[in-house]
Amino acid sequence: MSILGTRVIRTEDPRLLTEGGVYVDDLRAPELTGAVRLTFVRSPVGHARIVGIDTSEAMSEPGVIEVLTASDMDDLPPPPPFDPESASGERGPVSMGGPWLEPLLAVGTVRYVGEPVAVVLTDGRYQGEDAADLVSVDYEQLPAVVGPLAALRDESLLFPAGGTNVPLERLRDGFDDAPFAACEVVIEQDIVNQRVACVPLESRGTAAMYTGGKLTVWHSSQNAQLCRLILCGTLGMAPDQIRVVVPDVGGGFGAKIGIDRDAIVVAWAARKTGRALRWAETRSENLVGMTQGRSQHHRVKIGGDRDGHIRAYRLDVIQDTGAYARTGGFLPNMTCGMAPGPYDFPVVQAGFRVAVTNATPIHAYRGAGRPEATAAVERAVDLFANAIGMDPAEVRRRNFIAPDKFPFPTKTGHVYDTGRYADALDKVLDAAGYADLRKEQERRRESGDIKQLGIGVSAYVEITAADAVAGETAKLEVSRDGTATVYTGSSAHGQGHQTSWAMLVQEELGIPMDQVTVIHGDTDQIPDGMGTYSSRSLQLGGSAVRKAAVEVKDEARHQAAQMLEAAEADVTLDVATGRWQVRGDPDTALTWAQVAGHTETGTLMADVRFAMDRPTYPFGAHVAVVEVDTETGKVTLKRHVTVDDAGPVLNPVLVEGQRHGGIAQGAAQALFEEVRYDADANPLTSTLADYAAITATELPSFELVSSETPTDLNPLGVKGVGEAGTVGATPAVQNAVIDAVAHLGVRHIDMPTTPERVWAAIQNGRGQ
Amino acid sequence: MKVDLTVNGKDITADVEDRTLLVHFLRDVADLTATNIGCDTTSCGACTVLLDGESVKSCTVLAAQASGHEVVTLEGLADGAEMHPVQKAFHEQHGLQCGFCTPGMVMAIVSLLKENPHPTEEQVRTGLEGNLCRCTGYHNIVRAALAAAAGETNQ
Repeated sequence: MSILGTRVIRTEDPRLLTEGGVYVDDLRAPELTGAVRLTFVRSPVGHARIVGIDTSEAMSEPGVIEVLTASDMDDLPPPPPFDPESASGERGPVSMGGPWLEPLLAVGTVRYVGEPVAVVLTDGRYQGEDAADLVSVDYEQLPAVVGPLAALRDESLLFPAGGTNVPLERLRDGFDDAPFAACEVVIEQDIVNQRVACVPLESRGTAAMYTGGKLTVWHSSQNAQLCRLILCGTLGMAPDQIRVVVPDVGGGFGAKIGIDRDAIVVAWAARKTGRALRWAETRSENLVGMTQGRSQHHRVKIGGDRDGHIRAYRLDVIQDTGAYARTGGFLPNMTCGMAPGPYDFPVVQAGFRVAVTNATPIHAYRGAGRPEATAAVERAVDLFANAIGMDPAEVRRRNFIAPDKFPFPTKTGHVYDTGRYADALDKVLDAAGYADLRKEQERRRESGDIKQLGIGVSAYVEITAADAVAGETAKLEVSRDGTATVYTGSSAHGQGHQTSWAMLVQEELGIPMDQVTVIHGDTDQIPDGMGTYSSRSLQLGGSAVRKAAVEVKDEARHQAAQMLEAAEADVTLDVATGRWQVRGDPDTALTWAQVAGHTETGTLMADVRFAMDRPTYPFGAHVAVVEVDTETGKVTLKRHVTVDDAGPVLNPVLVEGQRHGGIAQGAAQALFEEVRYDADANPLTSTLADYAAITATELPSFELVSSETPTDLNPLGVKGVGEAGTVGATPAVQNAVIDAVAHLGVRHIDMPTTPERVWAAIQNGRGQ
Repeated sequence: MKVDLTVNGKDITADVEDRTLLVHFLRDVADLTATNIGCDTTSCGACTVLLDGESVKSCTVLAAQASGHEVVTLEGLADGAEMHPVQKAFHEQHGLQCGFCTPGMVMAIVSLLKENPHPTEEQVRTGLEGNLCRCTGYHNIVRAALAAAAGETNQ
């Protein structure tokens, strides 16, 4: 019987549950014994010119070894020039050089609270915090640019040499009002997709040492190999001079893709001083220093007829990219590409501007551009449904791309592989008991219940393995003791690769899971790899493991045929026992150990890369049920029901876990979470006491419905599921909140739907 | 100053800075690194340990305050090779992903079940208000707590 598709609990867990993981700050490698603590001096102001830095008082503190600033960085290669083509977003996240350059430590100007200005090296943890306070930086404040709308006015420029706060504008020249003029109903709405913090429970952390011309960097990252690539370019070193090791990682959510300037500074300082260094970021640093997500302003325009058919849709995006455009136009480009969602709109117009502001830089956060697209179109469809007085589920059904139209080329240049959008919606409505929920809602509306019921629907399609053609690597070895080792270019930070990859090996080779070791995140052992992001791991990394297993099996068959003096066609592997034999003759059985031992090297090995021609497009539908207290505005999420179809499920335990986590983060954005700044660009949410990270008390148990529509782009038939929750849940919950008070005249409430906002919307609605 | 703690049944005496937090004592002096630090405002609960049998956030207790007392961390929970029922339940219910909040979550639930051996789902959720998890959406953590309470772990 196949192990694929069965509920296998994780082999990672016993260690994590009894000893705890080994995260960067837990490393007790002998090389790091006595390592020096590195502490950052960060800007306390949002926008200022640095007049001077005085390190003398800090240097005189006991235990202080060194204080370093940008003026010490005389050993770095020149930064890359500005290339508007690569920064446009289509080729991936490329930061912008030239006048938009982001330095490692601030040079002349600071542009956000939390920007690294200097580092202090000390013997002890507490000494570092004390000494960092004694580094005296003289700031001359500049007018702060808070929020992208202010940035567009260009009244104060973050980069005077750039001449504007808008380094990129794309696709907006195609905006045309004519298609809307022909519609019976046209709605326009401004929507804020607010800035949120990623909050992996492990903040950033790095250790580094430089000995014998080789730099070793331990870093909490989603991809060791990308870290090394970035370090090579920034520090001017060859790949074989740098080893990056990624130990256990306490969550990533996109914010740990690659390596940030802070961690590069740690690596640089280790090379500069020749000392082994450690940096463990505090949460208060993390909430201003780690990249944040979303932060888009949308203007949507949707037009159609009273029969429910939508004829034109426009999405105009302003991406607040924070002080530095670390991803160029990648995020809004992704949003615009996915703008039409699962709908067959005849006209789609989507374009964006990227604006720099005095805030923490924006980067990927679970979904990275896709949840924003879904939030916009799902709000727009609800607004349209409300305007024509039709059930929002029915409007969706009337506009879905039909199942016989796949592969479906969209107006925005994507090619959806497979999808059954109406089926997903019907399944989730059925599981939620949609008709009964509407009846209960009607009852409460008629009785004027203080607690009104809201039912929110979302339908989505998203893109996973967006860089499918880059593929992923796997090396598989079966050694003469009969055990297997997988070296994967993918990288786990909670996803359960050790379990999944071992399941794939057992499935193909019959080597039991407990005889399979999975290694990732070390560039000396796996020089070539991409890591984990964009929900790519199983479809690319898993398919690579399978491909390697098939190649090993072919080689083993060749060896076994020689050993058994039989034709290769007559030799078979009994996967249940892991034995090679002549077909129909169990007495000839050879173990993997015997077959591997027969090779010259004593090892059967395959080293492969698996790539897909195109990305995959998982889809689904969510129903959220909320109760809104109309006297206080307080929202309670009562139920959340989802269909998330990402193709065949390798291990339901892991897929359900991915869905749960995504739903919670998605609901959190709709209900509570927001990074806020005051009018001078001071962050108001820089601790976990202030930032409203969602807790267990604010969530219900989730109701998951299964649905499996395979793709034909990889042999496993699988798509990615890591981002499904944040894509689907956010608009479902937001729509539910608005639905609860729609009968009171409320058309829209921006996220997060806090009691204050909901209460104010009810007051405004009643007043109209 | 000199402190003297019993950690996971072992006596540990050390000279530490007065301001040393219990969590730093556990990690740096006792070399027990399962207890993690997730914030600096007593908000996340990753550093939860048992102090004389009750859960505390070890980032908000000075090592000096714990001197003369008994501390149990995740490393001290299992009975030899036999995992504690809460650890087992986390494994069986997939109550952890990245594992960073896990030590604190497990200790918080051990303490919760000691106070209330048969909690409802709502009581579990309320009891975990001070422990953040960013991976699981709490769904399977709640399942694990309820399974452990019901004795539904494989022996």
